[in-house]
Amino acid sequence: MIIRNGNVVLENGVVKTDILVENGKIVKLAENLPTDGTPEIRADGLYVFPGLIDMHVHLREPGYEYKEDIESGTKAAVKGGFTQICCMPNTDPIMDNKVVVSYVKNRAKEVGACKVHPIGAITKGEKGEQLAAIGEMQKAGAVAISDDGVSVKSSRVMRLAMEYASGFGMKCLCHCEDKDLVDGGVMNEGLSSTIAGLKGIPRAAEDICIARDLALAESLDVPVHICHVSTHSGVRLIRDAKRAGVKVTAETCPHYYAVTDEIVTGFDTNTKVNPPIREEIDKQAVLAGLKDGTIDCIVTDHAPHHINDKNVEYNFASFGISGIETSFGFAITYLYKTGLMNLSEIAEKMSAAPARILGLDGGKIVENGVADLMIADLDEEWIVDPAQFVSKGKNSPFGGYKLNGVVKYTIVDGEIKYQG
Amino acid sequence: MLKRKDLLGLIDLNAEELTEILDEASQMKKRLKAGDKQLTDLKGKTATILFYENSTRTRTSFELAAKYLGATVINIAAGSSSVAKGETLVDTGKTLDAQLNDFLIMRHPIGGAPYLLAKVAKAGVLNAGDGMNEHPTQALLDMLTMRETFGTLKGLKVAILGDIKHSRVAKSNLFGLKTMGADVYMYAPETLIPKGIDKLGAKLCTSREEALDGADVVMGLRIQLERQQAGNFPSLNEYAEFYGVNGKLLSLAKPNAIIMHPGPVNRGVELTGKVIDHEKSRIEEQVFSGIAVRMAVLKLLNEYREYLK
Repeated sequence: MIIRNGNVVLENGVVKTDILVENGKIVKLAENLPTDGTPEIRADGLYVFPGLIDMHVHLREPGYEYKEDIESGTKAAVKGGFTQICCMPNTDPIMDNKVVVSYVKNRAKEVGACKVHPIGAITKGEKGEQLAAIGEMQKAGAVAISDDGVSVKSSRVMRLAMEYASGFGMKCLCHCEDKDLVDGGVMNEGLSSTIAGLKGIPRAAEDICIARDLALAESLDVPVHICHVSTHSGVRLIRDAKRAGVKVTAETCPHYYAVTDEIVTGFDTNTKVNPPIREEIDKQAVLAGLKDGTIDCIVTDHAPHHINDKNVEYNFASFGISGIETSFGFAITYLYKTGLMNLSEIAEKMSAAPARILGLDGGKIVENGVADLMIADLDEEWIVDPAQFVSKGKNSPFGGYKLNGVVKYTIVDGEIKYQG
Repeated sequence: MLKRKDLLGLIDLNAEELTEILDEASQMKKRLKAGDKQLTDLKGKTATILFYENSTRTRTSFELAAKYLGATVINIAAGSSSVAKGETLVDTGKTLDAQLNDFLIMRHPIGGAPYLLAKVAKAGVLNAGDGMNEHPTQALLDMLTMRETFGTLKGLKVAILGDIKHSRVAKSNLFGLKTMGADVYMYAPETLIPKGIDKLGAKLCTSREEALDGADVVMGLRIQLERQQAGNFPSLNEYAEFYGVNGKLLSLAKPNAIIMHPGPVNRGVELTGKVIDHEKSRIEEQVFSGIAVRMAVLKLLNEYREYLK
């Protein structure tokens, strides 16, 4: 396959060049590659990115197939431009053993959309008590561990998990939340929660746990990854830790860098997400953190839900946003078109960094590299319509948002898996 | 004409709309005082009262208001209905619509629930209190009582003391009173002040004296024992000592000031017995205003429904 005349997003800039793909590899990057009968993709005016990688996705299978399954989730992923995703273990049964890890890997292969890397649970049943079989899960294909959805409450258990996992080169992906301080809160605590009359969640509920996990990583001298950072104070804690040499990486989501909690005051339960959408000061800090490298990568925390989980009173609604089909559009609209980041930086945040953090193959367009690619039109405008999502989860608060950046092709191991 | 299907909160009502409701409520008071409790404004209409929280005062007030206007009224206590069997609010709303209800009067423990009901129901929805969000008819009856006393709401200093954080009454009053040009002063333990309330126009005070000094209206809010149990303050005694209003403090208010409370009152906690029974107390008048305001809202919403036909 030849991808002809695209603007190719490399590590240090964009160059107009052809790409020759053979046997799932990028064989050659050069101008005016000879036509030799191999199929071609005309990419004039389009941009070729390394296939996007989302290291924080909920595929819901096994157990919650009514919300999403591996087929619908991975097909949504390739529509969103993702060639590799990592799925969280809060399934039913919980992915805390090699059997569930193998099932998810095999099912994803069967579907054959994007590559799926399971993330095993830290503790058995995500109960925060006994360590899950970390070594066995890794052998079965898990790339990291997380009790995402809940925090490991016991500092002692978290310490042991980080320590033990480091022996396998596995990172803990920490969902940071002090449940005691959350105390039934459903949105960010501030002016908007006062206007809505809904119980707020203070920033400190997230920050306390970030601080704890940074302290553990520092004292044990092991790496740690902080999930879905949403607070300005959390960004500062991570920045300070990085300066001090703590081996920390961090992620955030589009809903933390693009919007504020004012969107909650209309009681749209699709705005309910954990951690909650915060205020302008947090949004600005998250953007600054992305720019200066404090926050290494962008994930979606794609959390599909059935309408029955959302068409209820705000307190009763499930937490989570279906975001895998809008993430690239948000990045182009809110990070690139605003002038905050260039395309290489976006490719870094949405592909190279997650690959590096988890040791995955891919994340870059280089000769002899894996042919995971995404081709997009950056100027084309589109209006988000959740009803049109491939994902079973139509729970996006961004219906009607006007975005730039449309995925035209998603290519996994040299094969076209999505064409828009 | 009040062009609204529902009354969900005072947050987005303008001065003209508020005045229309208050004017209508004044008329209702006159009609009631003339002894007429068999009005026909809502004859042939049905109102269902759907309470997901306990209440006596507000529920009976709405029920009487609808009945005085000639409506047929049904009462549903959530504990004894299909709600207890797990029916969702959306399905309950559709069911009540199918039964040809004209009005749904709902109290619910979760902020925003009436907005969800109003979205799915063709019937007009009246918010009778939703979580920590709003209690619009309570604020309207408070405003009616104030306006009757002072002739206007503009420029009044209204001091609200008590559990502001969990109070839908305080919030609805803040929205309505600010729109009508009154000044709202608030005082409470720091743990009972919601974040950002000052940005909504409330003046947060640092002492009872500051709140009460020169006040036209002194409004106490109920302190619930569960707030103490949740650790918001150490004891009811300590609350009364540092945050309650007694006769001596009351003397800081204007000579013609009035005392209000949405009820039910904890005697000796937010207000001393002496303050509650003071000649300046309008607590019973508030109850009467409540009937009139709810009648007015029902009448106005019904007029718009008829107009749309």
